[in-house]
Amino acid sequence: MTVTETLTGTERAVAARIAGVSKTFGAQQVLDDISIDVAEGEFVTLLGASGCGKSTLLNLVAGLETPTAGTIDVPGGRPALMFQEHALFPWLTAGKNIELALKLRGMPKAERPAEAERLLELVRLKGAYRKRVHELSGGMRQRVALARALAQDSNLLLMDEPFAALDAITRDVLHEELTRIWAETNVAVLFVTHNVREAVRLAERVVLLSSRPGRIAREWEVGIPHPRRIEDADVAGLSVEITEQLRGEIRRHGQH
Amino acid sequence: MASTETQPKVEDEPVAKGAATAVADRKTDPAGDLAGLEAGLDALDTRTSARTPLPVLLRRKALPPVVAVVLVLGLWQAAFALNLKPDYQLPSPLMVWDALAEEWYKGTILGIIWQSVSRGALGFAVALLVGTPLGLLVARVRPVRAAIGPILSGLQSLPSVAWVPAAIIWFGLTDATIYTVVLLGAVPSIANGLVAGVDRIDPLHLRAGKVLGATGVSGVRHVLLPAALPGYISGLKQGWAFSWRSLMAAELIATSPELGSGLGQLLETGRSYQDMPLVLGAILLILLVGIGIELLVFAPVERRVLRHRGLLR
Repeated sequence: MTVTETLTGTERAVAARIAGVSKTFGAQQVLDDISIDVAEGEFVTLLGASGCGKSTLLNLVAGLETPTAGTIDVPGGRPALMFQEHALFPWLTAGKNIELALKLRGMPKAERPAEAERLLELVRLKGAYRKRVHELSGGMRQRVALARALAQDSNLLLMDEPFAALDAITRDVLHEELTRIWAETNVAVLFVTHNVREAVRLAERVVLLSSRPGRIAREWEVGIPHPRRIEDADVAGLSVEITEQLRGEIRRHGQH
Repeated sequence: MASTETQPKVEDEPVAKGAATAVADRKTDPAGDLAGLEAGLDALDTRTSARTPLPVLLRRKALPPVVAVVLVLGLWQAAFALNLKPDYQLPSPLMVWDALAEEWYKGTILGIIWQSVSRGALGFAVALLVGTPLGLLVARVRPVRAAIGPILSGLQSLPSVAWVPAAIIWFGLTDATIYTVVLLGAVPSIANGLVAGVDRIDPLHLRAGKVLGATGVSGVRHVLLPAALPGYISGLKQGWAFSWRSLMAAELIATSPELGSGLGQLLETGRSYQDMPLVLGAILLILLVGIGIELLVFAPVERRVLRHRGLLR
């Protein structure tokens, strides 16, 4: 496992290397020859319409499924994964949800409460430790879920449309939070979305997947400096370009 | 939060107003006081569930059953007064009360109740220890499920009193007979409850557990069992009801001096002396113990679990 070796020519070590990965379910090919390197501390968004297999790809990287062909290498060990639904355990408080992740990663019991408090503060939920999951709003639940994912202390965070179910204001705020936390923790993020603006707003690199089977259609480096806003002209400009390409990909499916 | 707390009835208006201010804040504050904005959103979105005050709770929850009981007693007394049946067949509530009071003054009634309750509790505890691993096996191991899953659900609909003759032939008039019948009644309920609980687990929670590294035994302990708890508890409740029923059936049929005297035997004694007030009194006691254990033991546990998960208001 030579982590310093690179394909993209940059000098950053890889947090995840997806090499020639294909996945078939029965007779249907979902992913076809996908190769993506996510550098340490890099923020990559995977963008695509339905049927591009983006969630499948995340499940493969998370180790929840195995690829039909190709290899996936995650040098830092088991990656953290955040789902579209918060997936918090309703029988535990917010704090205990985070503590469970700490426990499962092997942290001694005495250190867990303080670390859970620290992570809650990181997502600006100081004082929510004793709150039950159902007592939290949608945005707060996703922040606790983010804190729980960070509690795994993985250097790779996989996010499967984590903000898709939130209202626009809350989503906007969480974009800012995620950008801040990403900068503070230097975790690499592989973020799946079907929202082009969200992809551009967040990422250093956007990877567009075509559908059925999912193939890499094109990649964009997003050079827009932070802080960004989803309504910024630069974000909108690149989004228009990517959307055009995405529409082209979708149109192909209507012309059999 | 304060606004929703103090005026829960006009919730909509203040929230709408508040959301508007949050947007305004964001526009006028280009540096982005993100923390403040977030705090505002959190406050607006948080629902506080105020506890119902005790007098209201009593009126809502305790009054209706009291009224119902008084009504039934009234009808009973009326039927007695109208002489619908001779007194030895239909005694008045007071006569039943007197019969129970007489048992009380004999000083045996607490012992009788304790005999049955302790048997029921012990039988239930053993059923719990057998039914839980059995339920887990059926829920998680596919061949086991295919093999004994249907039998287990079938056993649940078999009245456990049907086991009494078999148990008497196997074990004679001993405690073993009584516990066999109780276990055959309660174990399928408890196991089936756990199976149902596991089946109803949100698959997302299982995936989340895997991602966090909860696999094998730690997956069962930290994800599977707590996630299945609501179904498991209703299984336990039903298991208790089946234990109690089976116990009464066994005590009623398997009577012998060595077995001591429980509520079932009391009922049988009443029958052999044609003592209707005592029979009705014994039925009443059996009912009261069953309801009492349900209310004192299972209901609080279930309420607590459901409230913590936001499944109960």
